[in-house]
Amino acid sequence: MKAKHQRMVLVIVALLAILGAGLLAAWSLRNQANYFYLPEQMASDPPEVGQAVRLGGMVQKGSIMTEADGVTVNFIVTGNTADTIPVRYSGILPDLFVEGSGVVAEGSLGPDGVFRATNLLAKHDENYVPKELEGMGSQQAAKMAAETTVGLK
Amino acid sequence: MIAEIGLAALWLAAALAVLQMVSGAFALRGAEGEANPLAIYARPAAVVQAFLAVLAFLMLLYAFAITDLSIKLVASHSHSMKPMLYKLTGTWGNHEGSMLLWVGVLALSGGLLAGFEKRLPERTMGATLCVQGFVALGFYAFLLLSSNPFERLPVPAAEGTGLNPLLQDIGLAIHPPTLYAGYVGLSVAFSLAMGALLTREVNPAFARVMRPWVLGAWVLLTLGITAGSYWAYYELGWGGWWFWDPVENASLMPWLAATALMHSVSVLAARDALRTWTIMLGVLAFSMSMLGTFLVRSGVLTSVHAFAVDPERGAFILGLLGLYIGGAFAIFALRAGAVAEGKRFAAASREGALVFNNVMLSAILAIVLLGTLYPLLTEAFDVRVSVGPPYFNPASAIFAVPMFIVMAIGPLLRWKSDKPARLQFELALIAALMIGAIALVSFFGRFPLLPLLGLGLAAALAVAAFLPLRGRKLARVPVATWGMVLAHFGVAVSLFGMACEGAFSQERLAAVAPGGTEQIADFTVTLESVTPVAGPNWTAIEAQLAVSRDGGAPVILTPQARSFWSPPQATSESALLTRWDGQLYAVIGNQAADGRWQVRVWWKPFVTFIWYGGLLIGLGGILAIAGRVQVDVRRRKAAAMGDQRRADIEALGAAAPLPAE
Repeated sequence: MKAKHQRMVLVIVALLAILGAGLLAAWSLRNQANYFYLPEQMASDPPEVGQAVRLGGMVQKGSIMTEADGVTVNFIVTGNTADTIPVRYSGILPDLFVEGSGVVAEGSLGPDGVFRATNLLAKHDENYVPKELEGMGSQQAAKMAAETTVGLK
Repeated sequence: MIAEIGLAALWLAAALAVLQMVSGAFALRGAEGEANPLAIYARPAAVVQAFLAVLAFLMLLYAFAITDLSIKLVASHSHSMKPMLYKLTGTWGNHEGSMLLWVGVLALSGGLLAGFEKRLPERTMGATLCVQGFVALGFYAFLLLSSNPFERLPVPAAEGTGLNPLLQDIGLAIHPPTLYAGYVGLSVAFSLAMGALLTREVNPAFARVMRPWVLGAWVLLTLGITAGSYWAYYELGWGGWWFWDPVENASLMPWLAATALMHSVSVLAARDALRTWTIMLGVLAFSMSMLGTFLVRSGVLTSVHAFAVDPERGAFILGLLGLYIGGAFAIFALRAGAVAEGKRFAAASREGALVFNNVMLSAILAIVLLGTLYPLLTEAFDVRVSVGPPYFNPASAIFAVPMFIVMAIGPLLRWKSDKPARLQFELALIAALMIGAIALVSFFGRFPLLPLLGLGLAAALAVAAFLPLRGRKLARVPVATWGMVLAHFGVAVSLFGMACEGAFSQERLAAVAPGGTEQIADFTVTLESVTPVAGPNWTAIEAQLAVSRDGGAPVILTPQARSFWSPPQATSESALLTRWDGQLYAVIGNQAADGRWQVRVWWKPFVTFIWYGGLLIGLGGILAIAGRVQVDVRRRKAAAMGDQRRADIEALGAAAPLPAE
C-alpha cells in the first residue's frame, strides 16, 4: 500500500464513522426528541400514550390538590383557550410553584388522559422563565410575569 | 482609581496584542534561519500583556473584595453582607467578570509560552504568537466594546443586588477557573497547531512542545468537569450527577476533542504518524471551547450558567467564532496537502487502536454536538423540543462501548504492527471478565442494559489498565506510563460508579410527621424535628434526620430549604451521608396541610466512585506531564554536560575525540 493510500483509507474510515454518527443522531433525534405541547395542542392532537413530552401552561387557580400520601399532587394546566389538562406529580414541588403561575411539566400522557409528570420546572428565580413559556400569548405572559416576579422590578 | 487602573491595563494589553500579532507575522517574512528585525517584539509583547491582563483581573478582584459599589458590576452582583469567600468568587460569577478571567488566563498562558518555550524554530514561534495575539485581540475587543467589567455607576449604589444563591458555594471557587484554564490551554494548542501548519513544521519536535499544553488543558478540563458534576449533584437537590444540559455538554465537547488530541499528539511525538489528524484535532478542540463559550455566554440558552441575555453579545461571540474557526479551517484546507505523510502503520498496532478510538471519540462528539444544537435549530422553525437522556445515553453508548473495549486492548499492542495472536491470554482474560461480571450481576436481578454493560466494561477495564505493567520491572516503568495506567484505571472506576448509580439506586419519597420513620435500603430514617435556622444572608427550614444503618448508632443529617433575600430566591440544600459503598442523599420539601413534611431520600451505591474516577484520571494526566518534564530535564542536563565537556577539552587544546564508529 502506498503512503498516499493509507492516508486516503484513514480519511474515508473517519468520514464514514462521523457520517454514521450523524445519521444515527438524526434518526434518533426524530424519535427521542421531547416535544413541547401547549394544553390546547395536547387536547386537539394528543401525543401517544407513554411518549415523553413536555407540557407548558399556567396552573389553574384553586386546582392544586394534595393526595392523602402527602407527596402526590394533582393540578390543572390551562393555556390560551378553554382546554385544560389534568396533571399528576409525585415529588417535591419547585419553590416558586404556585397557583396562577407558569409551569413546564416533563412526563407523558396516561391512558386515562391525565398527564403524569416526572419533573416540574417553574421559575426558580426572578430572572429565569422556562424557555417554552417565553412565547406564550402576550397578555398571559404579562399576567404571569406580574404575578410570579418576586421583589425586584 | 481601581477601576480606572484595571481599564487602562486592559486597553494597553489589547494594544500589545496588536503588536504581538504584527511582530509575529513579520517572523514569517524572514528568510530561513534569519531573524526579521521586526520579529523580536512578539515575545516581550506577550509577556507584558500577560502582566497587564492579570493586573486588570486583580483590580476587579480587589473591587469585589472591598465591595466598591460605585462599579456597576459589583453593585449588580455583590452584596456587602456576603461572606468574604463568596465576595471573591463572585468576581467571576457573572458575565463580565468571567470573560475577564478568561482573557486573563489566555494572556497568562500566552506569556508563559513566549517566556519559557525555547525549543521551537523562531519562525514557528512567531507564527504561533501571531495567532495567539489574534485570538486574544478578539476577546479584548469583546470585553472592552460590549462587556466592560469596570463600568462606573453615575451615582454609587447604596447596596448591592447580591449573587445568585446557587452560586454561593465553594464550587464556584473551583469549577469555573479550572474549566476556563482548560479551555484556554486548548487555545495555546490551537495557536501552536496553526503556527506549525503555517511554517510547515508538523513534526515530532513540534508535538513534544504541544504535548504538555494539551495534557495540562485536558487535566484541567477533567478536574473542572468532575468538580462541576459533583457541585450540580449536591447543590441542585435533584439527586442526579449529569443532566445532559446544553451547558454541561458545552464543557464535555472540548473534553472529548482534547482527549482525542492528547492521544494523537502522543503518537506524533513518539512515532511521527498522524500529522494532519493532530492538526485537525487541535483546530477542532479549540473550536469546541469557542462554541462552548458561545453557547454559555450568548444567552441562546436559559440556565443558571447563562448570566446575560443580550443579543449584541451573542452576535459578537458568534462573529468571533465564525472568524477563528472559519479562518482556521480555511488555512487547514489550503495547507493540509503540503504536510508530508507521516510514518505508516498496520491496522493491528497501537497507532491503529488509537486512531480507532480517536474516531469513536469524534463520533461521540458529533452525537453530543447534534443533540445540543438540535433544539436551537428546530426553534428557528418554531418547533420546540428538548433533547435529554433518552437520546444521549443510547446514541453515545453505541460508540462508547467499542471504544472502551479497544481502550482495554490498545495499550497492550506494539507500535507499528502487531499480531493479535500474541495477546491470546490478555484478550481471553478481558472477555472473560466482561462476560463474567455481566452474568454475575444479571443473576441477582433484572437491570437496564446500559448499566449492565457499564459494569462488565468497568470490570474488564480495571484489570486491563494494569496489564501493560505485566512482565516489567515496576521500579523502571517510566512515570508517564504510570500516568496512563492510572488514568485508564480511573475511567474504569468512574464507569463503575455511573453503572452502579444507574442500576442500584433506590429512592424513597414520603410525607413524614415529626417522629415518623421511613425505611430505605438498609437505612432507617427518622424525622426528629424541623426547625428554622438563619445564616449570614439567608433563613432556612432545617430538618433533623436521624439515620441509622442496620440498627446501628444514628447519624444526624440536616437538609435545609433556604430562602435568600438578596436576590430573593429559594434553594434546597441537600444533606449527604457518605459511606465507603455509597451515599445517602436527603432533601426536605414543603409542609403538607396536615403538618407532615415531604422528605425525599436516595441511597446511591458507589456513586462517589464517579468523582473518585475523575480525580484518578486527572492525577494520571498530572503524572504524565511530570514524567515528560522529568525526561526533558534529564535530556537538557545531559546536553549541557556534553557541551561543558567539549568546551573543557577545547580549552585544554587537545584534539577533539573522534566519535565512535
